Amino acid sequence: MTLNIFKTIGIGVAFSPNLEANINEASRLSLYLSSKLVLIHVGEASEDKKKSFTTYLEPYIEKGLQFEIVFKPGKPVDVILQTIIDANIDLLLLGALKREKFVNFYLGSIARKITRQAKCSILLLTHPAVNRSVCEHIVVNGLDEAQTEQTVNSAIFMAHKFGSKSVTIVEEISKQKLSITVEDDLSLRKSNIEKAKLKRLEEERIDAILNKIPETYKTNLKIKSQPIFGTSGYSIGHYTEVVRADLLVMNAPKKLSFWNRIFPHDIEYILTELPSDVLIVR
Amino acid sequence: MSPKNNISTFLKSLPKNIFSGFVVSLIALPLGLGLAMASEAPPIAGIIAAVVGGIMVSILGGSNVTITGPGNGLVGVLLIAISTLGLESAYAAIICSGALLMILGFLRMGKLADFFPNSAIQGMLAAIGLIILGKQFHIMIAQTIKRKDNVDYLIEIPSAIINLFSITNKGLIFAAIAGILSLCIMVFYSKIRNKYFQLIPAPMWIVMLSIAFSYYYELVLKLPHPIAAEYMISGIPSADQIISELPSVDFSKIGSLPFWLSVVSLTLIASIESLLSIKAVDKLDVEKRRSNVNKDLKALGLATIGSGFLGGLNVVTVIARSSVNVNNGASNRSANFFHAFFLVLFIVLFSSQLTRIPLPALMAILVYTGYKLANPNQLGRILRVGKEQLIIFFVTLFVTLFVGLIQGILAGIIATFILHVLVNKSLKLFAKNVLKPNVLMFREHDNNENYFISVKHFCSFLNFYKLKERINAIPENQDVIVDFSMCEFVDDTVMENLSNYQDLFHKKGGHFEIIGLDLHDSETKHPFALKRMLPVPNIIKKSLTRRQNSLEVLAKDFELKYSVDKNKDLEFLEPFEYFTTKEFNFSNNHLLDEKSGAKIFDLEYSEGEFIAKETIRSTMFYLSLNTIIPEFTLDKEGFLEKAYAFAGYTDINIEKHQDFSNRFYLLGKKPREIKQFFSNELIHFFESNPYYHVESNGNSILVFSKERVASLKEIKALLYFGKQLADLIED
Repeated sequence: MTLNIFKTIGIGVAFSPNLEANINEASRLSLYLSSKLVLIHVGEASEDKKKSFTTYLEPYIEKGLQFEIVFKPGKPVDVILQTIIDANIDLLLLGALKREKFVNFYLGSIARKITRQAKCSILLLTHPAVNRSVCEHIVVNGLDEAQTEQTVNSAIFMAHKFGSKSVTIVEEISKQKLSITVEDDLSLRKSNIEKAKLKRLEEERIDAILNKIPETYKTNLKIKSQPIFGTSGYSIGHYTEVVRADLLVMNAPKKLSFWNRIFPHDIEYILTELPSDVLIVR
Repeated sequence: MSPKNNISTFLKSLPKNIFSGFVVSLIALPLGLGLAMASEAPPIAGIIAAVVGGIMVSILGGSNVTITGPGNGLVGVLLIAISTLGLESAYAAIICSGALLMILGFLRMGKLADFFPNSAIQGMLAAIGLIILGKQFHIMIAQTIKRKDNVDYLIEIPSAIINLFSITNKGLIFAAIAGILSLCIMVFYSKIRNKYFQLIPAPMWIVMLSIAFSYYYELVLKLPHPIAAEYMISGIPSADQIISELPSVDFSKIGSLPFWLSVVSLTLIASIESLLSIKAVDKLDVEKRRSNVNKDLKALGLATIGSGFLGGLNVVTVIARSSVNVNNGASNRSANFFHAFFLVLFIVLFSSQLTRIPLPALMAILVYTGYKLANPNQLGRILRVGKEQLIIFFVTLFVTLFVGLIQGILAGIIATFILHVLVNKSLKLFAKNVLKPNVLMFREHDNNENYFISVKHFCSFLNFYKLKERINAIPENQDVIVDFSMCEFVDDTVMENLSNYQDLFHKKGGHFEIIGLDLHDSETKHPFALKRMLPVPNIIKKSLTRRQNSLEVLAKDFELKYSVDKNKDLEFLEPFEYFTTKEFNFSNNHLLDEKSGAKIFDLEYSEGEFIAKETIRSTMFYLSLNTIIPEFTLDKEGFLEKAYAFAGYTDINIEKHQDFSNRFYLLGKKPREIKQFFSNELIHFFESNPYYHVESNGNSILVFSKERVASLKEIKALLYFGKQLADLIED
């Protein structure tokens, strides 16, 4: 059994100051996961462009990187979304922007549109760098959804490939799940009993998922589960920031309607304040 | 706890609760009459509110040691309601506000009080205080005037005082003297630390002295009462009159705007006053229970409806009476019930006596209450938090005085928000993040399983309820860490509330730590948080007082280490029984004996809240022992202890030493061990030395004599006594 679901990795490339870093990140990841890399450039093809891309790829080609460069003129969002389908891309890399003076990151409007509409998994990079910094700690959601199993699998797979030290599976216990409101000592006691019960149930569910994962992936990896009390979908980002994790792996949102953007919740919050690199698994 | 056990502890604590209910009713009687009269309602309306409130809230409420009745804060609103709507429609407004209060309870709006910035609430309370003070001051000095605006009453106080000297009418002179004397009783009551004098609360002294004075004229001098008849309380109905002559309630103005303005103001102030009081009383509760505020709101609402129909005022939780309740040993809601019961008893037995109280005397109680609400000391405290707080305070104060209550508190909220925006130079910070769930809580995965709470963006009165909700879900005996390192702005309301939580957790054996604010220090863009966190210490060292200089000499003489500095770290005193209902301020003038570890220090602490608040400074001896001894309290035996014993405290009798048992009052949970511990030698030691209050908490002893700072000679004696005692115990 292999957990790898990312056979083809795509990245949009433009001639920006981040170009070298972005290509380096993408190539490195492709090599780690032994996937094929697809560079997507919005614009007409030309030998010059191709040449400059390949110079950056050179060191990785030597190590056996398989790659393809797609040139296509048009609107950036449309081109990238179309290429995802055409080239069968499983994972798309997007770079986040850093707000001036502020520490937090956010996604540009193009990246945000793609994130919402893409049919593949997406990795949002906050610090694209020429030389990869180590990914020591991965945080993954343990939501009570069918998709979670795949998400946890991907997180463990990534951790295994990156040589990470620990993976934290976060179960969000939201207020809605608690039937008792704390008002006095008695309700406090009851609510804590209920919380402990919920926590146990959550842990059982996570254990069931973990048990299916082959041992080889789990060796040398510290896996723990952490219940947090906060707002579902948002607080996990907050948690990632607090524990200074390097990667957050999340389920893709089920469906984003117009209202979700006006009253943002879940993943929308995470997109406005990226706590770390974020992998959204579809 | 099994139900049977519950009943037996309830019965066991009943005498204490009856006793404290009785003491509280002594204050509630004059206050109830006065508050009602200040609101221009019939005097009995205040008593009705207290009785209905006491009975209903004690049965249905969710708090433990609170007392309910007519509130100070409501005087201003009730006054407007009664003068604009008329008394019968005002009853209708009271009933409607009761219904609204119940709805708030059902909607779990107990967190409502969290949305008001501290300085705005203080400004509003000060304005209410000034309204009460302004109006009643004139009655107190027998010069009733009628003005349209609240402010006019205040402005005319100086001229009223000047007028005082030109009064020729003897009846009025006596009335004014009664008022001024009563004010003196209120002011100087807490200064006199005499047990017997303090047994009766100050307002009751005023009532008793007034009635005694009236009988003196009637029976001894056989003269008519010297105070002018219009300055005597009138219109106190007898008990059966209250029941037979229920007031008619007029709902005809229910469609009008002024009616609903009154209803909303009544509800707003009633809920704020109650919620703040409940919060403050929970801090005093010996058993550190948590009140169910929503349940209390429902009960208060229902009580208000009942009180309105019976011709009473709004029922709110009141802080001064509650703190007296706690100080007198109340342990559950039955004390509130008995306070109501004794009030009924007073009315049934003595209602005709109450007409012997002069109005100015009663109003002196209210003038003092008003002064306490608008205490100028507050300004200094607010200024220490930050200059901008003063702006908020005054905006609220003036808008409340000149325009109205609702407008005042709204202005305070808006002013606070504008200042926050200005201080941060960013509206975006608030606009973007106000709806975001900014609080994360989880338990850390290490040995002690701390609760870790991280707060993002900003934390101010606008979104404090989110943080509060999380903290409330943690049992207070746990360890909590609140991290603000990702939070760009923390306001003073949050800091003050958190510091209250710190106390609470501390008292219940938990730990509450705030981290991540040192960052704000260096960034300098958060002056609010900064000032809150690090109140500027006194940089200029004050020169020493004469006593301090002598203490320095004494320290050299006795080879002790002396330090003047204020110390707020007083955890070691908490286990002592004596301090369970008291709050520490600080200790200073420490004399430390480095060999034995014994120390003598001046301690400032306070008991009670609001008008019942008394700040006490006392010199104490403390020594932590090497051996374990039983916990006990030893004090002088006296009348007060007899009264306490009557109320269910047990004095441990040591059979062989009847003289000792007669002279000393010995208290403790384990009588047998204590009896064993009190050897002949120890008893002889106590018998042959001057009286001290001696207390042991198992591994340390605390000795002090008077509830005031000791003189040099007394300190030497205390030191000698303490050391001798310690030596004797350790042998």
